[in-house]
Amino acid sequence: MDREISLVVDGASHAVTVDSRTTLLDTLRERLGNTSPKKGCDHGQCGSCTVLLDGRRHLTCLALAIAYDGSEVVTAAGLGADEPHLVQRAFLEHDGYQCGYCTPGQVCSAVGMLAEAKQGHPSHVTEDLDAAVELDDAELRERMSGNLCRCGAYPGILAAVRRAARG
Amino acid sequence: MTEQQTRTISPRSIGTSLDRVDGREKVTGTASYAVEHADVNGTAAPLSLWLVTSTVAKGRITGVDASKALAHHGVSAMLDHTSAPRLAQTDNAELAILQDDRVGFRGQVVALVLAETSEAAREGAALVEVTYEQEPHEAELREDNATYRPDKVNPDVETDTDEGDVDAALAAADVVVDQTYRTPYEHNNPLEPHATLAWWEEREGREVLSMFDSTQGVHGVVQALAPMLGLENDQVRVRAPYVGGGFGSKGEAHAHVMAVALAARTTAGRPVRLAVTRQQMFSLTGYRTATISHVRLGAGRDGRLTAIEHAVQEQTSVVREFAEQTASPTRMLYAAPNRRTSHRLAQLDVAVPSWMRAPGEMPGMYAHEVAMDELAVACGLDPIVLRERNEPDLDPETGKPFNDRRLLDCLHRGADRFGWSTRPAGPRARLEGDWWVGTGVASATYPAMRQPGNQARVTALDGGRYEVAIGSVDIGTGARTVLTQIAADALEVEPSDIDLAIADSLLPSATVAGGSSGTSSWGSAIVAAAQLFREDHGAHPDPGVHTTASAADDPAAEDYAFHSFGAVFAEARVNRWTGEVRVPRLHGVYSVGRVINPRTARSQLVGGLVMGLSAGLFEESHRDPRFGHVVTQDLATYHVASHADVLDVDAEWLEESDEVFTPMGSRGIGEIGIVGTAAAVANATFHATGVRVRSLPLTPDHFLDA
Repeated sequence: MDREISLVVDGASHAVTVDSRTTLLDTLRERLGNTSPKKGCDHGQCGSCTVLLDGRRHLTCLALAIAYDGSEVVTAAGLGADEPHLVQRAFLEHDGYQCGYCTPGQVCSAVGMLAEAKQGHPSHVTEDLDAAVELDDAELRERMSGNLCRCGAYPGILAAVRRAARG
Repeated sequence: MTEQQTRTISPRSIGTSLDRVDGREKVTGTASYAVEHADVNGTAAPLSLWLVTSTVAKGRITGVDASKALAHHGVSAMLDHTSAPRLAQTDNAELAILQDDRVGFRGQVVALVLAETSEAAREGAALVEVTYEQEPHEAELREDNATYRPDKVNPDVETDTDEGDVDAALAAADVVVDQTYRTPYEHNNPLEPHATLAWWEEREGREVLSMFDSTQGVHGVVQALAPMLGLENDQVRVRAPYVGGGFGSKGEAHAHVMAVALAARTTAGRPVRLAVTRQQMFSLTGYRTATISHVRLGAGRDGRLTAIEHAVQEQTSVVREFAEQTASPTRMLYAAPNRRTSHRLAQLDVAVPSWMRAPGEMPGMYAHEVAMDELAVACGLDPIVLRERNEPDLDPETGKPFNDRRLLDCLHRGADRFGWSTRPAGPRARLEGDWWVGTGVASATYPAMRQPGNQARVTALDGGRYEVAIGSVDIGTGARTVLTQIAADALEVEPSDIDLAIADSLLPSATVAGGSSGTSSWGSAIVAAAQLFREDHGAHPDPGVHTTASAADDPAAEDYAFHSFGAVFAEARVNRWTGEVRVPRLHGVYSVGRVINPRTARSQLVGGLVMGLSAGLFEESHRDPRFGHVVTQDLATYHVASHADVLDVDAEWLEESDEVFTPMGSRGIGEIGIVGTAAAVANATFHATGVRVRSLPLTPDHFLDA
């Protein structure tokens, strides 16, 4: 069943016809031609498809587009449209990637994660749930563990996210 | 095209951490991977292709009913073995899909569905009804069925070796280690699933097949496909500007590439795109065989080896043979007058195994280096001292001198850095809270390889710029960046003066990004072309002049055995109640020749260490022999290291330059990081707990009795 929905993607408004089965990821990649979010597993297991959906990091392969009519999506392409975002500059500086396929998802995840921490969201390794979140390495690793990197660039990613967390 | 004897180049950009030239595209996601290319061959959007795969392990297809699939909205066609285009050659049975009714393994491609959208293609594939006449199959590797002796093992080396009298030496040895070590099936799992976009068109009266493919070698894909499709090589063009990792699984074309080529031949020029699903990758895109290593070491009480035996059992597929060279490193690593290695395979009705990062060295060195740790314990020696006592003067395999064997330098440098001297000699000596803590070490080695068949072209552009062209591929290694640096130094210009053209089979021929041979092979060709260009055209060439050349073999190279070496140090913590293993420190020290770009080199070596850690702790594909396929076929059940699993992992290298091997002084770094790493972790868990685990991965159940 086809239906038209509207999306704002990286600041541009789109009316797009989607199948009721179409994921937000396939909508972006195959219907709107925005291939910044990547498909690594299509099952919510790798994180490559992460975007900022209405301001929060989200796996677009597990989101049916039809449920997000009217939403705003920011991809890594949008974050770095003019100049690379602080997080992207840190990834470049610390070589937090090799093949680059998981990277847009890592970048969006890091941006979303830093906002979550600022808002006080705890993680699995947070000891004191009442205190302000202190993003030490254990917190950063835990909070970035939804994004797999098969090239094994985690030490570089950690250094980049640590750098970005300093602002 | 000329063969040019190269001269060593003076490093200027080489040795500096030039930023990746494609970094910005990668961090923004604007780099286009295979099926992300739009607007190819006119304006028609590509058709989506979906693979229908067999649900039996062996047998023949008795019927394919596509009526429901074709009735589904958006589905345009179904191809099976009765309707797919015929191939001109079918020798490569892995690639010769849809040519007959035979099924050789569960998960084999048996039909293709084309549709206007990926949703319709997927649904259509699910609606195709295939019936089979099933036959009994064998899909289990056992010691009693791995008895077939292949003619050669990968890449083209002896199946067996036998020197001296191993049995007599073992019988006379003061100390004997006689153990069996097992490694599981492992799947490469690059983050970008294998993907291909292809279209056929007519040019000057000839059919031409064009592809964007996620491959480690564009020319290799051309050479594999063209003859099978009845085409000359120049009728196939393959491009791979960005590739989302490969780790060997994209080293050769697999069946899905042929599926796209065949399907696109039926669509009157309309492009066809296919992204293999993560699940399908577990049967269609290669994997590492499980291995069983029977290792016997004989030594004097002082630890000096008198005998080394490594008898390997592993598996291949009846569809296409691939024999992993698991005992290969055992042939050259340590001195011993009596030595024997062998490889025996079970020929199973299973998916086709292939290259996975350091084929041979990875599982083989795991076995050998755990056995050496056992020998050190049996002799009461420090593991590093044991290795010092078994350092050979010449390569035990060839009898030639090593060009630059610095294994002991790596061990000593690593020991200093790691604080090895304070290590308790015995196991189970340190309990911190609920955690047993220990450290372990293992050697690493990988052969240095320069492949024949590489050419590069240098063309003068306006304004003192140069185009340097070679059909190599950057799968994430940093090749695009380091080849720019090599070209700049060879031409004695700045990296910013180089326009590097790669990843297109129309460019001069390049070999695969594999075997840690890429930079050595392509870089030497670039140096050859650059030096000949300067000889022919001088320092101020007219724009447009160009030179194509390949690098001649250095006659001195025949006199040496070329290998890289390393030492891996691991600290392991094993939870005394749950058996969970954590690795707070993992450090590698490497001797790999001159490092071209420290930034990308560190990422390569650290990436190898992380993949070795991942293999040590997590990776294991479970095949159900009743059905013949891997049941852990996604990233939730096939565990790879996540960010929280990777703590302090770092790599360093010795300052050196191997100028006999390449004019850059480099030797190759892509694979050595994974070699020995799982052994170092396993040895550290023994030191922590006193429990010797002889099979990977080191899952908690092994340590519950500790």
